[in-house]
Amino acid sequence: MHKLKAFWNIVRHLSGDDAYERYLQHYATHHQDELPLSKKAFFKQWQDEKWQGIKRCC
Amino acid sequence: MNNLLKSATWILIAGIGAAAIAGIALNRGEHINTLWFITAALCIYAIAYRFYAAWIAATVLMVDQTRATPAERLDNGRDFVPTNKWIVFGHHFAAIAGPGPLVGPTLAAQFGYLPGTLWILFGAVLGGCVQDMVTLFLSTRREAKSLGQMARDELGALGGTAALIGTFAIMIILIAVLGLVVVNAMKHSPWATATVSATIPIAMIVGLYMRNFRPGQVLEASALGVILLLLSVAGGGWIDHHETLRLWFDHEGLTLAWWVMAYGFAAAILPVWLLLAPRDYLSTYVKLGTITLLAVAIIMLQPTVKMPALTQFIDGTGPIFGGKLFPFVFITIACGAISGFHALIATGTTPKLLSNERDIAMIGYGGMLLESFVAIMAMMAATVLDPGVFFAINSPAGVVGKEAVEAVAKISSWGFPVTVEQMQLLASQMGEATLFARTGGAPSLAVGMASIFGSAFGESLLALWYHFAIMFEAIFILTTLDAGTRVGRFMLQDMLGNIWPKLGETSWLPSVILTSALVVSGWGYFLYIGVIDPNGGVNILWPLFGIANQMLAAIALCVATGILIKSDKFKYAWVTGLPLVWLVIITSTAAWEKIASDNIRIGFFAAAKDLEGKLAAGVLTTEKAAVAPQLMFNLQFDGWLTLFFVTLLWLIVFDMLRVCARYLAGKPVLPLTESPHSPSRLVEDWVRD
Repeated sequence: MHKLKAFWNIVRHLSGDDAYERYLQHYATHHQDELPLSKKAFFKQWQDEKWQGIKRCC
Repeated sequence: MNNLLKSATWILIAGIGAAAIAGIALNRGEHINTLWFITAALCIYAIAYRFYAAWIAATVLMVDQTRATPAERLDNGRDFVPTNKWIVFGHHFAAIAGPGPLVGPTLAAQFGYLPGTLWILFGAVLGGCVQDMVTLFLSTRREAKSLGQMARDELGALGGTAALIGTFAIMIILIAVLGLVVVNAMKHSPWATATVSATIPIAMIVGLYMRNFRPGQVLEASALGVILLLLSVAGGGWIDHHETLRLWFDHEGLTLAWWVMAYGFAAAILPVWLLLAPRDYLSTYVKLGTITLLAVAIIMLQPTVKMPALTQFIDGTGPIFGGKLFPFVFITIACGAISGFHALIATGTTPKLLSNERDIAMIGYGGMLLESFVAIMAMMAATVLDPGVFFAINSPAGVVGKEAVEAVAKISSWGFPVTVEQMQLLASQMGEATLFARTGGAPSLAVGMASIFGSAFGESLLALWYHFAIMFEAIFILTTLDAGTRVGRFMLQDMLGNIWPKLGETSWLPSVILTSALVVSGWGYFLYIGVIDPNGGVNILWPLFGIANQMLAAIALCVATGILIKSDKFKYAWVTGLPLVWLVIITSTAAWEKIASDNIRIGFFAAAKDLEGKLAAGVLTTEKAAVAPQLMFNLQFDGWLTLFFVTLLWLIVFDMLRVCARYLAGKPVLPLTESPHSPSRLVEDWVRD
């Protein structure tokens, strides 16, 4: 059960499913004075940034 | 005792690997089991990873696990994020694995199974993996800078410009050849066309779901998308059996080519969340799932390889593409052994995620090993087919003749017996009207995969497996196509921005439309010519792509070798220097033959001249005569393009040698741009999720 949970976390992390949670964590430790983006706004920015450079190959 | 046991294990692995290689190489005239290939590959990979990669990491690069990586120092919670090594490995592999290692080995199987297999194995462990690993290391030490930026900083403006132009050119040709592969797979196949078309609205549904309905719920949305995709494979079969609906999806190659271009243009200007990003999610899952399934099926089933070790086509007379074993097997395999494109990924996203330098060997070297294994599986899927069937599917009508009777007679006369009935039976099993002259590699790979999957998981579903395999290839080819068009657009906007800054604004709509249209017409031109070419187009475009990709790899290795020498590691410079020398030899030889050969199946200019003569003499059919002027222009254009590539390659090689010679003579050169050491604060037992 423990292993299953760990595997599920890897899948979530790999797919970016938990990207917002990670972003909130980052905010909580590094920028306590500012307000983080909403989930929708964060996701928009995250996705747009992701496709700026070369992401896929032959 | 423990050490002794370890040594004994590695000696055993080396022994088994050597025996498997010998078995593959020395086997003549008997059918050989695919298990030999898997064994040889796994043993070679294990030894190379354990010893060569570890040695490069420790002695040549001197990776330092106490040093903070850019991900740690520049952590912003978004693109620079220290990440668990398995996650980085997953991202890196998903980014580097594309259709290249599937198509290349399929085409190269015309030489027999041996040459391609050996190059996939040894090219990867000595060349491709080293390139990926070293460029990843160099970029990690330089704030995750891109290959082009490193070339400019370390070698000079010439190197930087060459890398930029090389990247842009390879992108255009890559997209064209991949577009051609998809078009050839969909030509007059309502089932395939319907399924592939359905992937577009499915991606949009997933995109809307992730954006508006349940923002950020990536896994939910992807699961929905994968289910819809599987339904679309079955739905395509239903359309294929429907008398009126099937006509909507039954098209000529040229019509499909225009649609692919329209799609590419739309994908480049539409917002990423609507089409590109969700499609990429789907293609990544389908890709990883199918590759795993193929590995499981091959290991379960252990099919027999029916292709001989070597065919007579090593003399250059092969039907799929012209040219001798040397250098064309190396050009054709392309990404499965070494791919310059990977250097762009290894100097792009991956170093921004790397949490510790000690993982560089696992991600850079290991990622490419897995890609090489994918290429080995593609080689097996091609060679488990009856050779007669393999050649009937892959030989263009211009070589073996348009009529089925003509084609089977010609192919059987080569010593690869095949009958019209056999091909008809196979086509009806796969749910296709015909499988003759379905060039490009995708249909033959799909037949190979369908027969492997069919035997392992149920024979009755062959047609479904076939179209699943086509969908699998098409979906990530189209992802590469739209992602590539978009990147091409950004690069073009960047370049044009130097002339008129307004054009460089990535959100200014007129510039977006103009540059997207320019990029699409760039690859659209090659795609169009490829489709109207009676010889199938792949025989021209794939070698051109191979030359461009190997040239980009040579540029990456030049940057790496230059930096090694500037870092006073002259005695280890051979690690990247030897693969570089080999690439320069094969790229230059191939380019020379494509330019200067008198053989009309190899030389671009010779082919143009031949066509001109035939047109003047009036011996061409009206159909061929109509397209002859365009083909002639294109052949000459391709000849000049090849010359341009090889000149660019030599310029950067000489530039690198000049920088190294100056450095060794004690004269001033551009300084190393390595960022200073700063200690890592991520503790040893850093939270592993």
